[in-house]
Amino acid sequence: MIFKKLALAGAMALLSSAAYADCAFENTVPVKSISAGFEAWKAVTDAMAECGNVEAELDQEFRKKQPAAFAANPSLYQIGGVANGTLVPLLNEGTIRPLDDLVAAHGQNLTPNQLIKIDGEVMAVAMMVNTQHLMYRDDILSDLGIAVPTTYDEVLAAAAKIKEAGVVEYPLGGTFKTGWNLGEEFVNMYFGFADSMFADDSMPTINNENGVAALEMLKKLTEYMDPEYLVSDSTYVQQQFQQGKIAIANLWASRAGAMNDESESQVVGKVKMASAPAAKAGGRPASTIWWDGVVIAKNITDEEAEAAFKVAMEGLDEEMVTANNDIAVWLIPGYVPGDLAKGAADTAINGAVSYPASSQMGLMHTALGNGVADFLTGAKDAQTTLADIEAEYITAAKEAGLIQ
Amino acid sequence: MKFKTFAAFVGPSVFLMLLFIAAPLISVFVQGFYLTQPIYETVEVETCTPGFPTQTCVTETKTQPVIGEDGKIITETKYVGLESYRNLLEPDRALTALGNWDWGSLLTIDFWKALRFTLTFTLVTLPLVIGLGLAIAVVVNNTARLIRGPVIFVSLLPFIITPVIGALSIRWLFIGDGIMTAFLEWWLQRDIAMFAQGWTIELLMMFYRVWHVAPFAFVVFYAGLQTVNQDTLESAVIDGASRWERLRYVVIPHLMPLIIFIALIHLMDTYRAFEEIVGFSSQAYRISLQWLTYDLLVPDDSGNRAISRASASAMLTMIGIVILLVPLLRRTWRDHRGGSH
Repeated sequence: MIFKKLALAGAMALLSSAAYADCAFENTVPVKSISAGFEAWKAVTDAMAECGNVEAELDQEFRKKQPAAFAANPSLYQIGGVANGTLVPLLNEGTIRPLDDLVAAHGQNLTPNQLIKIDGEVMAVAMMVNTQHLMYRDDILSDLGIAVPTTYDEVLAAAAKIKEAGVVEYPLGGTFKTGWNLGEEFVNMYFGFADSMFADDSMPTINNENGVAALEMLKKLTEYMDPEYLVSDSTYVQQQFQQGKIAIANLWASRAGAMNDESESQVVGKVKMASAPAAKAGGRPASTIWWDGVVIAKNITDEEAEAAFKVAMEGLDEEMVTANNDIAVWLIPGYVPGDLAKGAADTAINGAVSYPASSQMGLMHTALGNGVADFLTGAKDAQTTLADIEAEYITAAKEAGLIQ
Repeated sequence: MKFKTFAAFVGPSVFLMLLFIAAPLISVFVQGFYLTQPIYETVEVETCTPGFPTQTCVTETKTQPVIGEDGKIITETKYVGLESYRNLLEPDRALTALGNWDWGSLLTIDFWKALRFTLTFTLVTLPLVIGLGLAIAVVVNNTARLIRGPVIFVSLLPFIITPVIGALSIRWLFIGDGIMTAFLEWWLQRDIAMFAQGWTIELLMMFYRVWHVAPFAFVVFYAGLQTVNQDTLESAVIDGASRWERLRYVVIPHLMPLIIFIALIHLMDTYRAFEEIVGFSSQAYRISLQWLTYDLLVPDDSGNRAISRASASAMLTMIGIVILLVPLLRRTWRDHRGGSH
């Protein structure tokens, strides 16, 4: 009995402290959201929770749950956090609703740049962009008289100099963990050399000189990395930076803020951001641009959808951005681009392509993520690696019905 | 016992076994022969995404599934026979590689790579687990009664730890400049990277598995040791048998059924090695059959998953376990028949 009372009191205390703090309206419809779990999503969902009756699930593996959860009727979540890639299955299955009416009614604070339009219909509202760009130790580069590299050849030259000077353990860092991360590294590099990975009939076209060039550049970079690069993900590279073990890395913009986090970082103020390097001189940055944003489920009542959208708008308002200015490159009005955003902005301005998300790309990304490591470890040569990746893609695409 | 009573007792458990073991197995078996695909259409789509300073819109042809009246994707299921198995085993490539005695190129095919690791992992850890388990049991059996309780408790600890957590802890001890790597580097005065090549990871994985499972073998053997006939042991002592001879000719034959039991359980468990791959994130160097199945089942960013190939992989894993178990099962069967005469 006492336990019950205590639990009740605890629940009440939680409710009263969390709810209705800074929200413009009082939300009475229960709303649940599922999204990735990085810093920006935490800020956004915290701001949503101020409206009350909001339950946010932050999960880095959300992509495995989201399509099935949204396909349920009624949908298990009202709000979904998506990126370029994870929007595809929701669009394909038609489990998210067009937002034009809701944007007209409640989206007066949104900028046109935020509206993700598919065939003229608003399907998602973007909140931030994310891209892998150059982060470098300004102090080391200026000590050694190295200019900020703009191409990967310059990165290699800089790495050689840094290695010779012996100021850090490993000159370079990289998100080369087998699987999604490594696939993304290849995609970034490949789009620095070429325009497309597919022919018109969904057949792969990566087994060519561009693919080989991309693979070889990745391998050259690994020579300056911690030999355990095949298990190093974004968090690992971020920590290598924070602990002063590496000098240069092409890392996600969403990790930039952590460099100046005094509780974790030993290099506060020493890491600067620049555009992702080009794969070849005069080419575009070898990186792809991602956006993160929110979608609203289709299989819910209009009333729920309206409440969910209003709550989401509260999460994406100026107040939230002002409080969390430096943790992401926000697209929301009120954002003041600081030094940390320079890399992402320059990467985009220099012409990096948007990540070309599609069903085919999903399969290709997986095949790359599992296949590229064989070249880096020396198990296969470049041609065989690419041929095997293409074969794996074709098998998967045939199974999925994308290729007849 | 009357048949009716017998049936009433056994019925529920037979029903549950059919429901939870046989039915899923049959379903997986059947799924391996069928392929379910959405029907696709190609459409021109204009997509607008955020850019600097303004939006970028591109029009491109996209392949997207057709959505039916009920709001679900229209799919068709077709019989493909052994195609999923062929895609998994790549028999042509495997045979060519075998024909040329080219071990390396055989191991570039995921399935064979996984099979190679799974078999080595299973067969190397088996004697180690049994040997170590027996050694601990004998040692504990000979320690003073006073401290036996605490010693048993401590020896059991690794077995209590959740497998994935255990694997992660070992990984963190060794990854990068982890405590153990730092210690080894200091001790051997050289740079060590445990996660930079396959064989060191494989060693760590085996070490972890033996560390984790040996306590189970120990507990079973320790229980067995309590039932060794003391008269036989005493007469062996009188006959002048050394400690080793007593172990070899009295204790081990007595424990043989238990050793086979441990071997059976270990083969079944280890052939499904999975936690190690995830815990040590060894995918770049080493994969297991169970991990291969899992990887095929996991949807990618765009929601694609290879259910048919995953079913084929699961069936092949099961067939592999059965083949491994046959010699042991035949022995048990022989002993059983021999004993009933």
